[in-house]
Amino acid sequence: MTLSTRTHIRFRLNDRTVTLNTLRPTETLLDFLRLERRLTGTKEGCAEGDCGACTVLVGRLNRDGVLVYETVTSCIRFVASLDGCHVVTIEHLKGKDGTLHPVQQAMVDHHGSQCGFCTPGIVMALYALWMRDAHPSRPTIEKALQGNLCRCTGYEPIIRAAEAMAEISQKTADPLQAERDEVRSQLAEWQTGETVDMGDGADRLILPASIDALAQSFAANPKATIVAGSTDVGLWVTKQMRPIGPLIFVKQVEGLDAIEETDGGIRIGATVSYTDASAVLSETYPAMRAYFDRIGGDQVRNMGTIGGNIANGSPIGDTPPPLIALGATVTLNNAGTHRTVPLEEFFIDYGNQDRQPGEFVERIDIPKLRNNEIFAVYKISKRRDEDISALAGAFKLMIEAGRITDARIAFGGMAATPKRARHVEAALVGRDWSIETIEAALPAFESDYQPLSDWRASSDYRMMTAKNLLRRCFLEQQGETASLKRFAAVEA
Amino acid sequence: MNEMKPIRSEAFEADATIRGGAHVSQRHDSAHKHVTGEAVYIDDMVEPIGTLHGCLGLSTVANGAILSVDLHAVRAAPGVVGVLTAVDIPGENDISPTGRHDEPVFAETEVLFHGQPIFAVIAETRDAARRACLKAEITYEERPPVIDILDTADDPRLVTPPLTLARGDAAQALESAPHRLDGTMRIGGQDHFYLEGQIAMAIPGEDGDVQVFSSTQHPSEVQHMVAHVLGVPSNAVTVEVRRIGGGFGGKETQGNIFAAVAAVAAKRFGRAVKVRPDRDDDMVATGKRHDFLVDYDVGFDADGRIQGIDYTYAARCGYSSDLSGPVTDRALFHCDNAYYYPAVKAVSAPLFTNTVSNTAFRGFGGPQGVVACERVIEEIAYALAKDPLEVRRANFYGTDDRNVTPYHQTVEDNVIHRVVDELEASSDYQARRADIIAFNRESRIIKRGIALTPVKFGISFTATHFNQAGALVHVYTDGSVHLNHGGTEMGQGLFTKVAQIVAEEFQIDLDRVKITATTTGKVPNTSATAASSGTDLNGMAAQVAARTIKDRLIAFAADFYDVPAESIVFSANRVDVGGHPMSFAELVKQAYVARVQLSAAGFYKTPKIHWDRDKGTGRPFYYYAYGAACSEVSIDTLTGEYQVERTDILHDVGKSLNPAIDLGQVEGGFIQGMGWLTTEELWWDSKGRLRTHAPSTYKIPLASDRPLIFNTRLAEWSENAERAIRRSKAVGEPPFMLAVSVLEALSMAVASTADYRICPRLDAPATPERVLMAIERLKAAGAA
Repeated sequence: MTLSTRTHIRFRLNDRTVTLNTLRPTETLLDFLRLERRLTGTKEGCAEGDCGACTVLVGRLNRDGVLVYETVTSCIRFVASLDGCHVVTIEHLKGKDGTLHPVQQAMVDHHGSQCGFCTPGIVMALYALWMRDAHPSRPTIEKALQGNLCRCTGYEPIIRAAEAMAEISQKTADPLQAERDEVRSQLAEWQTGETVDMGDGADRLILPASIDALAQSFAANPKATIVAGSTDVGLWVTKQMRPIGPLIFVKQVEGLDAIEETDGGIRIGATVSYTDASAVLSETYPAMRAYFDRIGGDQVRNMGTIGGNIANGSPIGDTPPPLIALGATVTLNNAGTHRTVPLEEFFIDYGNQDRQPGEFVERIDIPKLRNNEIFAVYKISKRRDEDISALAGAFKLMIEAGRITDARIAFGGMAATPKRARHVEAALVGRDWSIETIEAALPAFESDYQPLSDWRASSDYRMMTAKNLLRRCFLEQQGETASLKRFAAVEA
Repeated sequence: MNEMKPIRSEAFEADATIRGGAHVSQRHDSAHKHVTGEAVYIDDMVEPIGTLHGCLGLSTVANGAILSVDLHAVRAAPGVVGVLTAVDIPGENDISPTGRHDEPVFAETEVLFHGQPIFAVIAETRDAARRACLKAEITYEERPPVIDILDTADDPRLVTPPLTLARGDAAQALESAPHRLDGTMRIGGQDHFYLEGQIAMAIPGEDGDVQVFSSTQHPSEVQHMVAHVLGVPSNAVTVEVRRIGGGFGGKETQGNIFAAVAAVAAKRFGRAVKVRPDRDDDMVATGKRHDFLVDYDVGFDADGRIQGIDYTYAARCGYSSDLSGPVTDRALFHCDNAYYYPAVKAVSAPLFTNTVSNTAFRGFGGPQGVVACERVIEEIAYALAKDPLEVRRANFYGTDDRNVTPYHQTVEDNVIHRVVDELEASSDYQARRADIIAFNRESRIIKRGIALTPVKFGISFTATHFNQAGALVHVYTDGSVHLNHGGTEMGQGLFTKVAQIVAEEFQIDLDRVKITATTTGKVPNTSATAASSGTDLNGMAAQVAARTIKDRLIAFAADFYDVPAESIVFSANRVDVGGHPMSFAELVKQAYVARVQLSAAGFYKTPKIHWDRDKGTGRPFYYYAYGAACSEVSIDTLTGEYQVERTDILHDVGKSLNPAIDLGQVEGGFIQGMGWLTTEELWWDSKGRLRTHAPSTYKIPLASDRPLIFNTRLAEWSENAERAIRRSKAVGEPPFMLAVSVLEALSMAVASTADYRICPRLDAPATPERVLMAIERLKAAGAA
């Protein structure tokens, strides 16, 4: 196969085109904006994608060719990953005549800023919201702000601003509406199917255009680090300052972000973001909606990928427990050769996955629920939203004629890997679907798990709560209220 | 007499009042710059050519002797210009704010906490400095660290002298009380999590001079510390700060080290030097709110009325004194919250631990005092099977009697009864409480709780001499005004409020008053912008300065136009001089021509206050601010998860200078307090390493943690009984403690699982885990 390659990256930054012929592969967008371009409106609050002060928008043509803008945390986004995108910073919002954008004006009118340091990030998050929903409900506003911390206001005035932004008439053209056609054609023009290959040695970065090109690149450079959404890898750079080059970026790989319905279920490409996965999975597995809404904030959900969440092997990744319970398989690609393994077998031990050098996660297949199967998934964390799981538990149970005939239960945060509760499953299968069965099965958790104590939770709490999540699963199936719903009417 | 010039007199008619005067809601002066990203923080400033960047090298053990420090690889790393250790400090290697010489810039022979600075790398870029830092080879002889308050039991060392407050015979009252109980409460600390981390940039000047831009609440202290460390007089150091991205007490003393290192490096290398730690280093290496272990022993009667009480407030202070003395003092000053104790003894124990030195944080120990006091109220209520609100009422300070505090100050301005009565009604507390009790009978898994808690908070620095401030006001010949004062703007709207006061004095529109960066070169010897005192002190000083100039203008006009001074009236952008109107600018221009000085310094010191710490008596506070909150929560008894369903607040800010800004302080303070008492948990491992050192692990509230219904009102009827600035009251800290209502509502929901017979003794922070464990304890106690 002949692949055309290019040795520079190009993207649009506000209203200008940026072409970079040299680039450190791990250069973050935030440093590029602040240090190279002196666009200092975007702030660094944490350098780990958790506070949102560095929020900017990234516009791209999605898999349907539609120009979409999403919030991202620029502190952990690498510049190289922006090839062919439109980066929009806070400096782009105000009208050329100095008029504030309605989102900005609403924040001023409703006293939405105090110290002001989080404010540009909040404005960008609200701007993204305003573009898709000018009259947002409170749940929608809160969800849009899950990735933004404010330490001064207590958020109340920001919520008021978000509710009022639609009422403020636009005096000057919205920049992204005004230039939409121009941007769309520019980004389309840049979709040339070229692979980008720049730099040498540890400073080499590769942006393969296709799955085949990715397979070839990785096979040839098996020590390279694969970067998808960089919501984890970003921290290896900003926090640990680990040398991780060369880098192979995969989010632009055509076809790797495919979502398809298959005969047996749903097929999710490795680079499908949490945001996009949620939209699809929530339809098929309704319990997933609320669960996905508690993974990171919008910025992280827009960047982070299902494949990355699996491939990094974390024992507290959010997606493996439900995917294992659902019986998902993962398909790996090694220089074009595929193999498929059950997801729970992919996780061998802490820091050790069933992945060979040069092999990468290409897709995940998730079976649909069968008749009489119930599915529930719960996350426990110190803070409800944008927190890492203390533990997460997922339950898929087949209930036939009042008996449990099949069970798949998986937990994160309870062991060195995401792990099935096989003893608990055994204690349930073949028995009545009753509280007595549930109570009798609870001691089996202690055979399945010996959780650790750490800053997220003690061992005792993890164990006690894991058991109680099984109780919750049962009670909720009986129609009893056994969990909190912040917006009961919306979440019902 | 000179002929009057009728200047645009028709325009005067339009202005009935000025825009942006006192007591009106006015947006934050920088709001339009915040929302566009144009507001300049120190890291956004244009850097001088050749600016270098520093990174601190931190200890990797919590307690030990330093055996060797090998920095060769650090020096050889790419981009490194130099390395600084204790021997490179020209002056004194000490930045202890209270002068106890217990806080070195760089550790020399021993390290006393994990994360203590030992050296600094100065490099061409921040990235190079950070990477080089990792190459240090330091060996230690480790000693077992003292991490927790409980670890200190065998050998309690104090970092600063303790305080005792006593009135009456507490021991005797406890003996003779009909009921008596005792207990212990654990109260966690809190990281400030200002969104803008610590930062300083120093620019070397001629001779020994250096200019420092510091993200600080206390420019004068940074000035003194930098001078001390450089070994130069204070007049060689100028510190400037336009705004900081949040402080909350975390930048009262904790910015000193970054400024000192930047300044030493700037002088050493002759280039500008910026030091901005990464968030993780910031959280590991800088102090936090003190966590406390409070022992209480209380005697009370059948009505729940306290007869005698004994408290010990033990605090984890960390390895040095920093501000732990005044912080633990203030905890004792608030062990009464809003309640009268007929007999009381309260003792503080500011304990040494091998942890980062704890420091100021909104409320300054007061919240810990209050939350322990409210625990005692709860204990009494559960012991007597009463609504805690009833016990509160039984113990409120009286207005004419039962009004003397444990420190012998008489409470003269008590409005807590009215505040609580109004909130009880507006929140529909009684009916909702009854509904909740009914709900809890029916609902098996989800339980609810409600609590209405009061706040009384003493206003003034307890170190009396800090209660002074200066301001500098210039009026230019076009009538525009330049305002400067010693307070720092950290988002609280201080600059806006002070500018409103000045606009009001001159009767000119707010946009005629230019707010300028705080600098030690304009107003010297300032106090920290802290203790909620910013507006009280600086607003008054600015008012004094403005009045001085105004008086000169009046004297000039009276003389020049030969009219009585009383006939000269400043109103809405004009001055009536004996019935003849002219613009403010015109009068100013004429005064200038007549060689009238149009610049003045203002000075203010708080009257009436005094404090004898040795005797434990005096009037440390000029006045009190009051408030109350009613919160309702739901908990999940399977997991301990919870949500705040509704909060109603009524808060007293006196006659508000700017209701919009004050409301923002109340709402924001409440949520920050709620974070402290719920999800914000500082977790040290057994080696003394803080493992919750970034937002990924340390969880401050999000928008979705707000009360679902959140009604906040200011007590519009309130006026400060004292002659504080325009009869307003301080607002920065008091609302923080309104969040105790959330903790106690959670407690009630927990208590419902044992039919409200047992006080859950829910410690803070009440994480879901602590809530669940409290439920389990009650289960066990109920079964026993």
